[in-house]
Amino acid sequence: MTEDLVWRIAGGSGDGIDSTSQNFAKALMRAGLHVFTHRHYPSRIRGGHTYVEVRASEDPVNSRGNGYNCLLALGDSFARNPKENAIYGNEEIKPLAENLDELNEGGIIIYDEGLVDVSEVPNFEARAEENNWHVYPMDLRSLAREHGREVMRNTAGVGVTAALLDIDLTYIEELMRSAMGGDVLEANLDILQEAYDIISEEEFTHDLRVPTGDHDEDQLLISASACIAYGALDEGCRFISGYPMTPWTEVFTIMSQNLSQFGGISEQVEDEIAAAALAIGASHAGVKAMSGSSGGGFALMGEPLGLAEMTETPVVLIEAMRAGPSTGMPTKPEQSDLESILYSSQGDSNRIVFAPGNAAEAYDQTREAFRIAYEYQIPSIIVIDQKVSGEMVNVDESFFDREPNPDLGSVLTEDEIAEAAHHESGKFKRFLHDTENGVSPRTIPGQKGGRFLAAGNEHSEEGHISEDPVNRINQMARRAQKLDSIREDLDSQESSNQTTFGPEDAEYGIITWGSQQGAVIDAVSTLNDAGHSVKGLGVSDLMPFPKNDLAAFLESVDKAIVVEMNATGQFRGLARKELGLYGEKMSSLLKFDGNPFIPRDIVTAFEETIVEGKDDVSNERTKYLPEAGVTQ
Amino acid sequence: MSVFSAIGEEREIDSNEFTPGIEPQATWCPGCGDFGVLKSLKQAMPEVGRSPDEVLMVTGIGCSGKLSSYFESYGFHTLHGRSLPIARAAKLANPGLEVIAAGGDGDGYGIGGNHFMHTARENHDMTYIVFNNEIFGLTKGQTSPTSPKGHKSKTQPHGSAKDPVRPLSLALASGASYIARTAAVNPNQAKEIIKEAIEHDGFAHIDFLTQCPTWNKDARQYVPYVDIQQSDDYDFDIHDRREAADMMFEAENALHEGEVLTGRFYVDDDRPSYQQEKQATGEMPEEPLAERYFDEDYEWERTADSLLARHK
Repeated sequence: MTEDLVWRIAGGSGDGIDSTSQNFAKALMRAGLHVFTHRHYPSRIRGGHTYVEVRASEDPVNSRGNGYNCLLALGDSFARNPKENAIYGNEEIKPLAENLDELNEGGIIIYDEGLVDVSEVPNFEARAEENNWHVYPMDLRSLAREHGREVMRNTAGVGVTAALLDIDLTYIEELMRSAMGGDVLEANLDILQEAYDIISEEEFTHDLRVPTGDHDEDQLLISASACIAYGALDEGCRFISGYPMTPWTEVFTIMSQNLSQFGGISEQVEDEIAAAALAIGASHAGVKAMSGSSGGGFALMGEPLGLAEMTETPVVLIEAMRAGPSTGMPTKPEQSDLESILYSSQGDSNRIVFAPGNAAEAYDQTREAFRIAYEYQIPSIIVIDQKVSGEMVNVDESFFDREPNPDLGSVLTEDEIAEAAHHESGKFKRFLHDTENGVSPRTIPGQKGGRFLAAGNEHSEEGHISEDPVNRINQMARRAQKLDSIREDLDSQESSNQTTFGPEDAEYGIITWGSQQGAVIDAVSTLNDAGHSVKGLGVSDLMPFPKNDLAAFLESVDKAIVVEMNATGQFRGLARKELGLYGEKMSSLLKFDGNPFIPRDIVTAFEETIVEGKDDVSNERTKYLPEAGVTQ
Repeated sequence: MSVFSAIGEEREIDSNEFTPGIEPQATWCPGCGDFGVLKSLKQAMPEVGRSPDEVLMVTGIGCSGKLSSYFESYGFHTLHGRSLPIARAAKLANPGLEVIAAGGDGDGYGIGGNHFMHTARENHDMTYIVFNNEIFGLTKGQTSPTSPKGHKSKTQPHGSAKDPVRPLSLALASGASYIARTAAVNPNQAKEIIKEAIEHDGFAHIDFLTQCPTWNKDARQYVPYVDIQQSDDYDFDIHDRREAADMMFEAENALHEGEVLTGRFYVDDDRPSYQQEKQATGEMPEEPLAERYFDEDYEWERTADSLLARHK
């Protein structure tokens, strides 16, 4: 089996690491490979320890994999003073020093000797020898300066990588031609070729070569954030309102940059309360609308979220989680907002929550979230995190070849309004008690004869404020009934939002939700290869909870580990609350150090706890919670 | 014809159409100034030619928030302080609607102060009526942002140490393009000002002085009032920002001293509304967005047709 390439480019934020890695990934994708990128960046604008990994394989890839095998360490230009040779701290060696721990044995190191002084890296030579690393120092900075500007050393690094791994430069050149022009393009092309040629003349000591691949279909390199934006646009969303906050800003930016082309409206507003309220206002007036935020900003949305629930105004909110509490770690992923998403807002409140596990699911479930929100007049929340929102992966182009759906759901036309139930005063019965599935028909302001009051207070069928006990029970029952109807609706769809993998009759299970799905898929496959009997379940429907899917899965296995990125096992808690059973079967593997699971974390934990029966795991960066709770 | 056939319909409109047929008598206290707002509003609507089905009344909560219950139209009774963001998005979604937002002084100048500042700044084409009775009424008489300095209440037993908010100056500084103050005790002026505010293309702010007979014991606190447009003592150019600012400053000081100056304080007819600005930058369609969802002939574009190429 050919080894996957996992290439890591490291340097300072603001040095073009992101764009360089995207182009590199795209070039490999165009060459026929499956690709996956993983981003790591600090909460600062320029400088600091930043890297992006690009994994490329002949087979589909689900995760970043375990460690990496080729490092391109550029200098961090922002760690230096503008004055020549003025260096503060040790940041300049970070692109090299900080990345060595995860470099696999036998890996390749290319570093910019024009900026990085290897003698300052602790024990570098000894470690290189011990791990059989193949080290290629190159003066990328001088090469870039010679033909253009220092910042072009990224291009030089890509040229060196291409030569070392036997990658055809054609695809890279093509991408450069489409992205730039004139002198800049010429300079970059020169640098690329020269770097390629210079290193080609050296003797290579490594044997890693880029695998070959061949797609059946045209591919797209895409992130979950883009998929959410495109899913929303294809579902007819034409209004977005927001306030910038990492990592939600990615969805907001993509929507804002493209919405006007579709004749839609984007509003950046004063705060997150306003943002969610604007989406509700637009939706009330008859437009498909969305808003969103990240942890702290979403906390402010609790208030309008409750209003949307009470007034039965459809709206879609995105919650792009990051490590908390409070402002936490802004650029680091975590899955610790689950309980806040499920329960924020006062009262017995209902909402729909989806947590897609990868980019393609993000597209599907965004469309589903809009469909459900508008059909059932209820807010839908799509939960992602910094990991899945930013990682790029290739998806078949044909996957997106689908018809738009501008349907506003259960909205009446004026002709239908004339036939519908009205109070004798002429007021439309917007919140009619007796409906088939809990959904009462809706009108849009400006329609003749459809007048009603949307009230955040408990209200009568016409919307007037009412504290009548019988009306209260009827309205509460009807709103709650919608969740049952939606569960039935989701269960009756051709494809489930839950993702299963591994042998059906496996002895053990690994359950996860949202963004950690890819790492679990890879872990399950590694475990089965090693002779264990394990299957996996990636859950996306968090509310209404997919009781049947979860119960069937837990029923079929002896034990299950729930893998999630938080410190308290929030999903396991939800599953126990919803199922009331199987507590003795579920243990938790948790991680909350700001770095997502890699498959090896899960494999090791499985072997140590389930197979060897230990009470804890050896990896100090993960935490194990044994099964708990009395059942039956 | 629009798919929203109520919008732009030309017919005789009777002010009685704005009285709901089902709501019991208002829960406002006898002598409450809020009745005056409701009455003036109902009288203004036929004069601007708007029918109940084409009006969206968005309110906050509290006594003033109940306006949407007692005024017959499409309504949205929102949350404390949140009427403006909901109202302005509805107007963006369908500029054909007549959008009126209303709330109290706590609602508008306290908890919703941020939204007030930004909605005025953006100059959304809508009307905003703030019922200003200098007290929190429905929560039983606490000090509000407009209560006078030294005002004593159960939650401010030592008397408020704060200067009250200056609503007119705040609106002007924020960018409102029509600013007026009227009083429930002056229904004719109130009706005219509401009419002008609705017809104004931009953000029209009305600081509507409403007496609270229950919690601000002096139910005649705004009497006698002076109409600055009718008085020879006040000569200023309402189109001049600086002169308007001076006049507002004077009126706000006077109110603290018990003298009630009402009327139009600032009118800018030249400034384009936010909708016009957005359309000029290409960020908002010319046709009402909401109509598109009812237009069977509209061709919905797919992202696959235009956006995916960049990912190849």
